[in-house]
Amino acid sequence: MKILVPISKVPDTTAKIAFTDNNTAFDTNNVQFIINPTDEWYALVRAIELVEQGGGSVTVINVGPAENDQFIRKALAIGANDAVRVDAEPKDAFFTASQIADYAKANGYDLVITGKETIDYNGAQIGAMIAEMMDAGYVALVTSLSVDGGKATMNREIEGGEEVVEASLPLVVSAQKGMAEQRIPNMRGIMQARTKPLQVVAPNGASPLVNISAYHLPEDKGGCTYVDAENVGELVRLLHEEAKVI
Amino acid sequence: MSVLVYIDQANGAAKKASLEAAFYGKTLAAAKGTEAIGVYLGEASADEVASLGNYGLSKVLHANDALFNNFDSKAFAKAVAAAAEQTGAQTVIVPFNQNGKQLAPRLSVRLQAGYVPGANTLPNDSGELGKSVFSGKAYADFKVQTTKQIIGLSANSIQVEKNGDSADVESFNAGVSAADFATTLIKKEVLEGEIPLTEAERVVSAGRGLKGPENWGIIEELAKELSAATACSRPVSDIGWRPHHEHVGQTGVTVKPNLYIAVGISGAIQHLAGVNQSKVMVVINNDPEAPFFKAADYGIVGDAFDVVPKLIEEVKAFKASN
Repeated sequence: MKILVPISKVPDTTAKIAFTDNNTAFDTNNVQFIINPTDEWYALVRAIELVEQGGGSVTVINVGPAENDQFIRKALAIGANDAVRVDAEPKDAFFTASQIADYAKANGYDLVITGKETIDYNGAQIGAMIAEMMDAGYVALVTSLSVDGGKATMNREIEGGEEVVEASLPLVVSAQKGMAEQRIPNMRGIMQARTKPLQVVAPNGASPLVNISAYHLPEDKGGCTYVDAENVGELVRLLHEEAKVI
Repeated sequence: MSVLVYIDQANGAAKKASLEAAFYGKTLAAAKGTEAIGVYLGEASADEVASLGNYGLSKVLHANDALFNNFDSKAFAKAVAAAAEQTGAQTVIVPFNQNGKQLAPRLSVRLQAGYVPGANTLPNDSGELGKSVFSGKAYADFKVQTTKQIIGLSANSIQVEKNGDSADVESFNAGVSAADFATTLIKKEVLEGEIPLTEAERVVSAGRGLKGPENWGIIEELAKELSAATACSRPVSDIGWRPHHEHVGQTGVTVKPNLYIAVGISGAIQHLAGVNQSKVMVVINNDPEAPFFKAADYGIVGDAFDVVPKLIEEVKAFKASN
């Protein structure tokens, strides 16, 4: 089975968010970047487990500049077999999905596993776009995934409950907590990653459909109003009269 | 030129997020001088479908067919795209809930229409839509570059007003067959009687400060008194005190209620990422240095086992007198 895992480079969860160029661009100065957590911890690790159990290969794919190679090498150190970088700035979700879908179609992947959403733009959209471009099924928020004889069985979270669904391959799945446990690359993995294939390909000519005109930081909420633990009734009054939420 | 609204439903009843989408669609359509039309897929009574007129839909295309009773993003995208074509809609509103998040990106590809996922405003004069980014740490204005657009409406972004009108219900042939479905439902488990976390207007959440799963009675009781859903922090779901679906935070569920009450949760940045879009946050913690107080609107420094029972009594008294 051939599995493709798209990975995204995102600011670390604890990064301070600031903007530049008159609030039209994200300020990357002093920002530590990481692989998007759900891509790395759940999508990539489950893909590796499926190949360990049933054979095949895991390819990681990233759309981005050459500086992203360090993140791709980390994914290879965790256990992916090979990697592809589409050499382009990711302009919007449609552009990015289009690059990944073209690669997946041209190289006959059975399964594409993404994280449930990236922690920068929180769009949760790449997987479904890839699925539509591949004319494949898509199941999101999957907490467990097994594959047997060309058919995948998944637990999927729904509002207020859970579903078990089946789907034939090819298929696109978005992964969340529960699907796998995070793996820390060991020294052997890191050494092997240096010589694993990392292919760089040129982007297709897709045009973005959406752009961002400006960013804003949230308004200062004015700090916390403290209520004495001996006077809890005051909190109820404030929630009713001031905040108007009860 | 009309605005099309996808009505996400379960068991023949439109979800709350769909009612918000309908009202948003109607508001947007009114500003453009056109009408908002719904598309409802799956079996439901004519009364249920017509009642969407209450939220401003003039007409609802209804595929009253058991084929659509279970959601499948591939088949549903084909059906909603057909509805967009039939109505000539330039804008499609989709609730940004679990099904909507699977459907809308597919529609974007199918209709070559720019998609804004999780919009929380109406378009401004330049047609830009606001959306939270960087896990609630900032906002961005998104501008769709295509004539057609898909708007994924974030929950609790618009205050719905009912108007007492009834929508015309029109039978809809989506041109979709069983072969278009990519997934088969094997089993479905829905927790009866609980408010789904993602739809809740109020949430009562607790963390390790509660000391053990046997102490959750006060959290559940406070939630019940406030008609709130219950939630928890990551450590609590990791050690199995509470089910995973209650876990809010970066790797769990993102919530956006009007009121979020956090009891015995320190407020790690990963937790805040899942809750910081709440309108009002109340923090109850015995540690005055808990980082959560910095993000809170209201705070009580005190022992949960002392404060929460008092709060339950005060809420009861408030309800009795209002």
